[in-house]
Amino acid sequence: MAQFSNRTFAKGLLGGLLLAGLSLGAPVLAQGRDPAYQAARSAGQVGEMMDGYLGAVGNQPDAIDRLVSAINIQRRLNYTDRAQEQHATLQEYAITQGCALIARTVPGEKYQAPDGNWQSRTASPPQRLSKCP
Amino acid sequence: MTADKLTKPPCAAHRALRMGKRRALAGLMVVAGMIPAGCVSVSAPDKPIVIELNINISQEVIYRLADDVRQNIDKNPGIF
Repeated sequence: MAQFSNRTFAKGLLGGLLLAGLSLGAPVLAQGRDPAYQAARSAGQVGEMMDGYLGAVGNQPDAIDRLVSAINIQRRLNYTDRAQEQHATLQEYAITQGCALIARTVPGEKYQAPDGNWQSRTASPPQRLSKCP
Repeated sequence: MTADKLTKPPCAAHRALRMGKRRALAGLMVVAGMIPAGCVSVSAPDKPIVIELNINISQEVIYRLADDVRQNIDKNPGIF
């Protein structure tokens, strides 16, 4: 009896773990942009900067500024990690990432041109640093 | 007793008279120069702060990292 209930418990535990793993793992694996972040990008409230970080375009509500900070903290952590593995400096990695991120903006999104001004991405290739690959 | 011992040592203001006009003027200019240096006026910029990016990065490094940064975007879609 005790053995049975133990087994049932184990099964339940396994099922529970699987469920928990699925519900936790799925967003982590297939995690795209947060809807608020996606909306801010599409609305041109935030844009990609040359230095590899996200920027608020002009004066934005606090919620947007907080969103930008939250993303940039994660980016910096990621860049630090990648730079170390690639034997590059944080800035080298971040700028190269910025080249790629500006290249991947879609029409309507904002990016920072080499002169420092915000530009709206059009169907044409974005203006990037001459050093960008 | 001589008069010298009874007289108080000259104060800074009196010394200027003794130094002569030219030196007094020089002294005044030094003091005047120090007054504005002592007060720091801070005003908030009305333009957004533009971070000047010192792009001190070699072409070689950029090309070496190019593939990795592209993969990095695909691996971390949430933060890019």
